[in-house]
Amino acid sequence: MHRYKPVRLILENGTVFHGQSFGAQKASSGEVVFSTAMVGYPESLTDPSYEGQILTLTYPIIGNYGVPAQSETDGVSDFFESTRIHASGLIVQDYCDDYSHWNAHQSLGDWLQQNGIPGISGIDTRLLTKILREKGSMLGKIVFEKENEIDFYDPESENLVARVSCKEPVEYGHGEKKVVLIDCGAKLNIVRELIKRNVHLIKVPWDYDFTGMDYDGLFISNGPGNPDYCAITVEHIRKAMQQDKPVFGICMGNQLLAKAAGANTYKLKYGHRSHNQPVRRVDSNACFITSQNHGYAVDESLLGDEWEPWFINMNDGTNEGIRHKTKPFFSVQFHPEATGGPTDTQFFFEEFVKQMVVR
Amino acid sequence: MTDQILAPKRENFHSEREIHKVLVLGSGALKIGEAGEFDYSGSQALKALREEGAESILINPNIATVQTSEGVADKIYFLPITPYFVEKVIARERPDGIMLAFGGQTALNCGVALYQSGVFEKYDMQVLGTPVQAIMDTEDRDLFVKKLDEISVKTIQSVAVSTLDDALHAADRLGYPIIVRAAYALGGLGSGFCNNEEELRSLAAKAFNYSGQLLIEKSLKGWKEIEYEVVRDRYDNCITVCNMENFDPLGIHTGESIVVAPSQTLTNSEYHKLRELAIQIVRHIGIVGECNVQYAFDPESEDYRVIEVNARLSRSSALASKATGYPLAFVAAKLGMGYGLFDLKNSVTKSTSAFFEPALDYIVVKIPRWDLGKFSGVSKEIGSSMKSVGEIMAIGRTFEEAMQKGLRMIGLGMHGFVENKELIIDDIDKALREPTDQRIFVISKAFRKGYTVDQIHELTKIDRWFLHKLHHIVLTAETLEEYPLSLVDFEKNEHNDFDKILKRAKQQGFSDFQIARALWKEQVDDESFSVIRNYRKKKGILPVVKQIDTLAAEYPAQTNYLYLTYNGSENDVHYLGDYRSVIVLGSGAYRIGSSVEFDWCSVNALDTVRKEGFRSVMVNYNPETVSTDYDMCDRLYFDELTYERVMDIIELENPHGVIVSMGGQIPNNLAVRLDDAGVNILGTSAKSIDNAEDRHKFSSMLDMLEIDQPRWRELTTLNEIHHFADEVGFPLLVRPSYVLSGAAMNVCSNKSEMERFLTLATEVSSKYPVVVSEFIEESKEIEMDAVAQNGELVVYAISEHVEFAGVHSGDATILFPAQKIYVQTARRIKQITRQIAKALNITGPFNIQFLAKDNDIKVIECNLRASRSFPFVSKILKINFIELATKVMLDIPVVKPEKSAFDLDYVGIKAPQFSFTRLQKADPVLGVDMASTGEVGAIGNHFDDALLTSMLAVGYRVPEKNIMISSGGTKSKVALLDACRLLQKNGYALYATGGTQKFLEENGVNSIFVAWPDDENATLKVNDMIAEKKFDLIINIPKNLTERELTNGYRIRRSAIDYNIPLITNARLASAFINAFCRITSEDIEIKHWKEYTD
Repeated sequence: MHRYKPVRLILENGTVFHGQSFGAQKASSGEVVFSTAMVGYPESLTDPSYEGQILTLTYPIIGNYGVPAQSETDGVSDFFESTRIHASGLIVQDYCDDYSHWNAHQSLGDWLQQNGIPGISGIDTRLLTKILREKGSMLGKIVFEKENEIDFYDPESENLVARVSCKEPVEYGHGEKKVVLIDCGAKLNIVRELIKRNVHLIKVPWDYDFTGMDYDGLFISNGPGNPDYCAITVEHIRKAMQQDKPVFGICMGNQLLAKAAGANTYKLKYGHRSHNQPVRRVDSNACFITSQNHGYAVDESLLGDEWEPWFINMNDGTNEGIRHKTKPFFSVQFHPEATGGPTDTQFFFEEFVKQMVVR
Repeated sequence: MTDQILAPKRENFHSEREIHKVLVLGSGALKIGEAGEFDYSGSQALKALREEGAESILINPNIATVQTSEGVADKIYFLPITPYFVEKVIARERPDGIMLAFGGQTALNCGVALYQSGVFEKYDMQVLGTPVQAIMDTEDRDLFVKKLDEISVKTIQSVAVSTLDDALHAADRLGYPIIVRAAYALGGLGSGFCNNEEELRSLAAKAFNYSGQLLIEKSLKGWKEIEYEVVRDRYDNCITVCNMENFDPLGIHTGESIVVAPSQTLTNSEYHKLRELAIQIVRHIGIVGECNVQYAFDPESEDYRVIEVNARLSRSSALASKATGYPLAFVAAKLGMGYGLFDLKNSVTKSTSAFFEPALDYIVVKIPRWDLGKFSGVSKEIGSSMKSVGEIMAIGRTFEEAMQKGLRMIGLGMHGFVENKELIIDDIDKALREPTDQRIFVISKAFRKGYTVDQIHELTKIDRWFLHKLHHIVLTAETLEEYPLSLVDFEKNEHNDFDKILKRAKQQGFSDFQIARALWKEQVDDESFSVIRNYRKKKGILPVVKQIDTLAAEYPAQTNYLYLTYNGSENDVHYLGDYRSVIVLGSGAYRIGSSVEFDWCSVNALDTVRKEGFRSVMVNYNPETVSTDYDMCDRLYFDELTYERVMDIIELENPHGVIVSMGGQIPNNLAVRLDDAGVNILGTSAKSIDNAEDRHKFSSMLDMLEIDQPRWRELTTLNEIHHFADEVGFPLLVRPSYVLSGAAMNVCSNKSEMERFLTLATEVSSKYPVVVSEFIEESKEIEMDAVAQNGELVVYAISEHVEFAGVHSGDATILFPAQKIYVQTARRIKQITRQIAKALNITGPFNIQFLAKDNDIKVIECNLRASRSFPFVSKILKINFIELATKVMLDIPVVKPEKSAFDLDYVGIKAPQFSFTRLQKADPVLGVDMASTGEVGAIGNHFDDALLTSMLAVGYRVPEKNIMISSGGTKSKVALLDACRLLQKNGYALYATGGTQKFLEENGVNSIFVAWPDDENATLKVNDMIAEKKFDLIINIPKNLTERELTNGYRIRRSAIDYNIPLITNARLASAFINAFCRITSEDIEIKHWKEYTD
């Protein structure tokens, strides 16, 4: 591994980590975050929720099964969660260049290089994770030569949702039921899960006024950053709720629906960044393992009277979902669409589709 | 809305009745396929019951286990785990519930039998955890396939047959190669691959002896093997705690396979597809608690087959617990008591929920340990049947690091993947294609011979991912080997390039010794090893300590479960440097001669250390043990017991001292080097340990003390050996220091035998001297287990062997307190023990072995450490020898116990458990080298009931009618005569081979003549009759080493094993057993628990 160029990760608190480059030799900066998922690096890297973030993987050996080819079915990528890598960098302990998998097209390093994304190996990712979890949020930059190659960049300083959302409405699938998907940075598996269930899907930009459209159900996607930037989306959701058509939100979608229901969001002390988050449905014995990646949570104490908390996190008791007491409006903080992560809660898609009454 | 889906599914199998009293079944003696892992899971279950305030009753005759210690279960029955005895205990105790999942296949099979005979119903008790019907659905192949068909989950196409004809027919239909499995058999017993009809015929004949049902399956050789450990509660909540990937492809039993966790070559889609299926299966079957799902997985697509589901705790679940820190058995027991997963906390973090799936930020590698060299004739090939006797788990942050650590841990003298003693292999292609216990080192060799990853993959079908990683290790070794040493001055500093290579080597798990050998080749010595270590320390190339916290540092966690790695830059642990740590070195991989007994010693030492106010620190790496449960100590280093790693830990901990006397020979061997490095060895000094270990020093000490010992000499030429033989006479015990093949020790009864042994099997030279000792026939062997403080005896136990000397003490049937020795003998043994304790100034545990003939007492061996029999004598005497030993080592005053062995009005017997059934072709004969894999201990009111209980507990059955005897030489013929008379009197039918039959007739005992196997024309041939299962017991005493005797005797013994007929090969034991079952019956064995005997 001596053939890899030395590279540094510099955190805003001055900590410096020395490693070897295995991706693009290009300086990069952003918020440094981590995930404890043990599989799914192609999925994570292409997840729009990682926009502006440098991703640290705590599982130490990464790259084992390479990266699949870019192929599509019905206009949807088969293996990735969007059309490009969204993370601004990847940090691992032990990069594996000699991948082995029947479905691999190239190595992770080559893929990162092609996409202009730096990758660092040889970092004590456990130590880095401990620093990150205590700070909650930490900016960092990846530099090759001089420290001032690039400035720190705070993704919170801009509206990331606007950056990753589609610019024009896009249609997918066929079917009698018509669903509007607000694209705050939607993972493609949301699209796959819906069109698999014979839904005619119209993905619209985050600030698009869809309220006048003819549709049977509204789906609010996941997305990066601070939900406060999406005031206009909350307005649209509020308006949509005047009709009784089903509304379902995921992650950012949960936060936006909560805001529309009168609640607010706050930044968590320890963000949820893993594939093993346990959630429990309120007042029941039903528990699920979920995939999560968020630093903000819903403050359920401010929810309107008509609403109730639906799921809670079994580790820290934070909100994991809300629902309207009488109407089919509901959302979850975790990722039922998985990819990567456990598929325990994919039934929500089934339920959402069932809820739509075809007129 | 989603209420229907999300509403808890209430199950009605578990009533709301309160459970106050629970019976737990253990797994009995350690055997291949069922080892220490069940002590760990049973102990966890009992801990859970204790926490619940439920009264616990344990049946387990394995007296060396932690679970059969005081304070673990409320009542312990040292009785066989058979339906007969378990029902007796149930009738007496009337428990509310029974747990079947914690005692391996033994407990499960026993539970199913009791269920089928209506015992649970009769006594109105519940099976806690997975219902028996669900167990049967997983155990019976037909039911299993049907069950999974219901939810369209693919299983391996398999046909269940109960006759040979059906088997052949099924194989024709499926097409060869096929795999044969025996239903209801543990660890793949009687299983194997068949490439053609002939192979199937021979395998099926054997396999039908273990099971009435065989499964014929299409072979999926070359597919990946993946396992998931799944937990489900009664509310239908499911988690998968860990998944594992086998390094070896399908075709090699998972117990024989190197295994990694988590899986390495699965994508997100594959990982979660199999996870989802596992949960679907477990829900459908209705498991409550823990279970294991094994898959075959196509390396070229996402196609899969479910191989099997184990509806109980297993070897894999113990491994998964240790790999993740998730206490599967503890949680399973709680779920059996009716809890939901959401009720329980993660026992590592103590704050987060037990309903979660651990995230690992390290890799673990499990490697099996084989001891095939201990058996003569055994086949070295590994395959679908398990042969390994132990395993290790290595933790690292690269695969290379974990793998090399692991290869050192298995304790076969290897230094890692490279830089080992040159392996001699004639045909590498063949050795790669047909794996043996040496497979991993064959791969190393192949790389060195220039084989590519692809070539090795083609021959082994091992995934290229693993092979690439192993290749990295070889490349680094080559870089080191070629490094111009002239460029490095180890006294000076600036060697950036070399330092980088050094660091990379350490990150790939190279030991300092491996690096030294790569650099200095044959010139390597202890000195060069220190050069590397010192240089490296100077350069700051040091390992760091990382915690296993179950959640990859996502949240803060206070955890004491630790490992060391070179892939990191900071310690997770903050060391206080307060000199309050006491480090206990564990016993490493279980092997023949060292297993659960040393785990018991380690755990008890840790307990005492903690109670006395020190910080208890454990170093061990065996996932099957209780000592590697992070609850047992204040700090657990799951790491190597090499000098290098132990010193790393000592330098971090700055301990008060180190205990080397609890883990058997591995830590004992470190004593001198640690002492040289200035480490405080607690208790007996390293110098004394050396004086006892070194044959010459020990011998001259005995001479000085005027203590007798068998005459011996270390000799370097055949000529000298003959001279010595002339002097002391035959038989002689011959111990070569270099063994080419076969057993390391041998008793030779005449000149030609000795010559054959010395020339064929060993090398004799000044480099490889041979130790020859006088062998005293018909001599009693007596064991002294004791604890001394500053040379004064604190407590002792004298036990005697049932067999005469010549049977290894680990294979002997041992009686405590000794019943049949002269008072004078006992007194002399005590005197000698006192003298030795004084001379070596012993502080701590020790064991001395004596020979006694008439009143002539000789010392044969002395170990200044805890011995195999410490748990046995401690439990029989009800005095914890280890607690006392630990206290004296910590310099804490102790009171000499007043109780004496002479006061006991009961006896204990320790009997060995053999695993010959699994070791194909091995000769099941006992000798000076140990062959047993486990043991049991039974208590009785007298010798007969204790012996009968212990023999039943290791799988013997009281014969119904026909007994085959071939009683060896004259002495053993005479020794067995009274027993034969007794058999005749009790109506048994005796069958005997030529000489025996004649001898019996001459002495008025009737027997039917049966011919030796090589007697072609005879009508009543012993082997045919064995195959027809005509005999209920076979007694075969080996006579001499003539070719004909050897072959015939071997064929009789081996077929007894293959046809599952009880076999005894020792005359003394045979006659004791016969006396016991003729004088009393099973019904006479009292159903009494431990305390009822001892209190």
